[in-house]
Amino acid sequence: MKGHRLLIAVLLVAVLVTSACAAPAPATPAKPLRVAVIMPSAMTDMAFSQSMYQALLTVQKDLGGPSAMEIKYTENLFNVPDVPPALRDYASQGFDIVIAHGSQYGSSVQDVAKDFPKTTFAWGTDVNTFGMPNIYAYTAAAEEGGYVNGVLAAKLTKTKQIGVTGPVEVGDAKTYIDGFTQGVASVDPSIKVNKTWTGSFSDVALMTEAAKTHIAAGADALTGSSQSVVGSIGAAKDKGSILWFGTQSDQATLAPNLVVASQVYDWTSILKDMINNRKAGKLGGDIFTLHLKNGGLKIVYNSGYALPADAKAAGDKAIAGITDGSIKVQP
Amino acid sequence: MKELGTLAIIIGILTSAVRLATPYLYAAIGEAFGQTSGVVNLGVDGIMLVSGYAAFFVALNTGNLWLALLMAIVVGLAMGGLMSFISVTLKAEQGISGIGLYMFGLGLSSLLFKVTIGTVKTIQGFPGLKIPLLGDIPGLGPIFFQQSLLVYGAFLLVPLAWFVLDKTTLGLKIKAVGQNPAAADSLGVSVNGIRYLSVCLGGALAGLAGASLSISLLNLFQENMTAGMGFIAVALVYFGGWKPVGIMLGALLFSTVNAFQLWMQVLGVPIPSDVAVMLPYLLTIAALAFTMNRARQPSALNLPFERGTN
Amino acid sequence: MASDAAAKTGPAPGKVKFDWGEVGFRLALPAGAILIALLIGAVMLLLLHVNPLTAYAAMVSGVFGSVSGFTQSFVKATPLLLVGLGICIAFRASVINIGGEGQIILGALGATWFSLQFPTWPGWLLIPATMLVGFAAGAVWGFIPGYLKSRMAVNEILSTVMMNAIALQLMNGLLRGPLMDPAGVKAGTFLPQSQRLPENVWLPRLVPQTLLHAGLIVAVILAVVVYIFLWRTTIGYRIRAVGLNPDAARYAGIPVPFYQALALTLAGGFAGLAGVVEVIGVQHRLLEGITSGYGFSGIVAALFGGLHPLGLIPASWLFGSLLVGGDTMQRAVQVPSALVGTLLGLVVLFVVGSNFLSRRWTTRRQLLAQKTAPQPAPQPVTQGKG
Repeated sequence: MKGHRLLIAVLLVAVLVTSACAAPAPATPAKPLRVAVIMPSAMTDMAFSQSMYQALLTVQKDLGGPSAMEIKYTENLFNVPDVPPALRDYASQGFDIVIAHGSQYGSSVQDVAKDFPKTTFAWGTDVNTFGMPNIYAYTAAAEEGGYVNGVLAAKLTKTKQIGVTGPVEVGDAKTYIDGFTQGVASVDPSIKVNKTWTGSFSDVALMTEAAKTHIAAGADALTGSSQSVVGSIGAAKDKGSILWFGTQSDQATLAPNLVVASQVYDWTSILKDMINNRKAGKLGGDIFTLHLKNGGLKIVYNSGYALPADAKAAGDKAIAGITDGSIKVQP
Repeated sequence: MKELGTLAIIIGILTSAVRLATPYLYAAIGEAFGQTSGVVNLGVDGIMLVSGYAAFFVALNTGNLWLALLMAIVVGLAMGGLMSFISVTLKAEQGISGIGLYMFGLGLSSLLFKVTIGTVKTIQGFPGLKIPLLGDIPGLGPIFFQQSLLVYGAFLLVPLAWFVLDKTTLGLKIKAVGQNPAAADSLGVSVNGIRYLSVCLGGALAGLAGASLSISLLNLFQENMTAGMGFIAVALVYFGGWKPVGIMLGALLFSTVNAFQLWMQVLGVPIPSDVAVMLPYLLTIAALAFTMNRARQPSALNLPFERGTN
Repeated sequence: MASDAAAKTGPAPGKVKFDWGEVGFRLALPAGAILIALLIGAVMLLLLHVNPLTAYAAMVSGVFGSVSGFTQSFVKATPLLLVGLGICIAFRASVINIGGEGQIILGALGATWFSLQFPTWPGWLLIPATMLVGFAAGAVWGFIPGYLKSRMAVNEILSTVMMNAIALQLMNGLLRGPLMDPAGVKAGTFLPQSQRLPENVWLPRLVPQTLLHAGLIVAVILAVVVYIFLWRTTIGYRIRAVGLNPDAARYAGIPVPFYQALALTLAGGFAGLAGVVEVIGVQHRLLEGITSGYGFSGIVAALFGGLHPLGLIPASWLFGSLLVGGDTMQRAVQVPSALVGTLLGLVVLFVVGSNFLSRRWTTRRQLLAQKTAPQPAPQPVTQGKG
């Protein structure tokens, strides 16, 4: 017995010593731009996190590939207490830009940023830089794309009934849907927009059933947001004749014949602005908002869906109206 | 705009309810087998996720839904076997080993999904299957007889499980082992063997629950898509008093209220959405609290068997 | 081997016997189990084309390599310890509390509401008062299932699972309504979080530039308190009696349902306190995701601690450092976070499975003690709980 205990203790110590002695990978010779990103959900969630990760990959490609820009990521960081260590880790490893892509990460960024004055922290979606010179805040005016989608949906619905499957009525889920409702009303106030909230960002089964309920109640067009909305798209696909309007990412691949358009968050211009600012010596302090006007929000029409000309015209007109300011959408 | 009569709404709610109840039925009846033999398995959610992934993976890559279903059952059996090994042979604390199994299943399914599939994809799952004649009955037709294969399976499982538990020798042994393992042992029944069987069966049924989601009802897989369904299923076992019919009533109650609250939201009934979402949980507790039917749990539930002591 | 000491069938009431051999074994066992799980993890890492040595080195350096990392284990340990204490109490009464998530939420809600109501109170008054309110709120959330169990025989697994979901929706509703940060409403961001709590209620930070807060001290003190409560008071004795042998307790006149309900209530209170310290110590506001899964991981920590309040202190640190190390490893070698989760699940399975070795060992020692001690008549080997 005593021998066994001793053996286990020795093994434990041996493993610890060996692993602690193993040298980490050597640093790369050239000095690429180093960007780290922390995301609250999977980077393949077809929604929020994916939009940022896609943008980073695009910027990386534009800059010349992994040798010009290194990207490290942490996904599924839903637990907020885990965020400060992650931020500190990346910052102390010398990353130039650390992106905290989650609205719940605010106080963590505020805490950590002051200890790393040479690192640029970017935080979204919110509009608060906490008055710090090395924090950028960014957000998306989701209500704008919501408005455009609403206009399109209103033009295309034959039953004059549209369903909204949302997770929890907060954040850009709320602003997107509020914009959507205004867009529908601007075309035809008599169209019914019914909303359901499942109370969860991840309950796919309930989201699917919510979508089916809308369909059974007579809706022929659906929209919604969050990663669980893949369930709604699946329900639309099952029924076969339900149109879908997406947000945050291009969701056309999930239902190639039914997705009419998606509001895509394109963070690339913001990222490039931050990178260029940093080169010029400005590490933070600005608030960036994605708008249709600055190209940060894009309405991506699905080429797999045959969009009637008058609907497209109305959609384009709405985009133009928001861009030039003649249409004001309330978040 | 479509005007819906009350009857149409009721039919809509019940049709939803039958669909929603399906995964709970498979998982809860499976758990009931295990618990009747004396083993609590809190890892049901983890089994559902891994089996759901396995079924989806097979369906995505081969297009063969039956093979996918088989895969889900095999994976469920394996995970049930793991649980049996830890809880029955190693006599570990069952509640905690269940939670460990849940964590393992959640992590493994997400990891495998990430590495082998990557993004969310949809497939053509089991199609709707209308039962001829019965499916044409007004009202009852759409609710019960125009669903898909796995939905029918879940409800057929109820009388099947009842028959096995109440009318076969095997069922007798399972109950004996859960109520009085010492007596069963002295009569030559292999207590641990029966427990292995029951827990593995429970795992297989949990596998079917996962498959019902990924290749029939939702036709996709996403990380953590069960969002805690397995725990609700375990809770329903207590609600149903370890009887398949009771479990079915519990699953239907929970799902009907869930479908009802969704319809309420769609129809614009002015209730805060959070209150609406709470309703199924509130009413399930209330229903159990206020019905006087109280079943006694298997006496040896959660107690590992040791010859000579219990 | 101290066979003569082991001849006593148990510590005399009021006397704590320290058998260092047993303590050592009980510590080495989970350590060994963790090792085996890590070995399997190494195989998984290799399959993902990651060098396990680099990965595990990162894990170790995450915990021991920096002040921030080292303190972070304690930051995570604090709520784990608090939830775990509640789990311990419940478990001693033979009740399993899986309602931790909901109880944490209620505690956090109570703390938020209360401290926002009385922001001008001085810290020395506001902090303890807030903790009491949070404890009470969590206790209510534990009392309800306890009451339902004792009066209406509603199984506590059912009720606590349901209460978790109800608590979550309650928080959602409040966070998007009355508790939402007015600044967020004004700015049009509508984030699901409360406004920043008044600085008077913030728990003091123990180490600058880290999240380590005074809640740790409170938690450790409470662990000792719970130990004294369970082993030195009448109520605590009764709770344990109910758990060890409900029938015997009933014969002795102890109302079993009452004490089980009490255990659940207390468990809820401690989980609620975990919610309080997260809100006033770590986040300084209430936000979505405040529970961070502690309601479940607290159960695991309790297991690691042998379901004993004092054992929980090192065990919650151990589990906390596993969590911290896992995160660091993920960042360093860029493995999917799901790998860390799978690894943790394996660790739990191995640790809980290895307990049988501990019981075998205890049995063998008892057998040995029986053989060597001068006993008049042989007694059958009994296998008690734990």
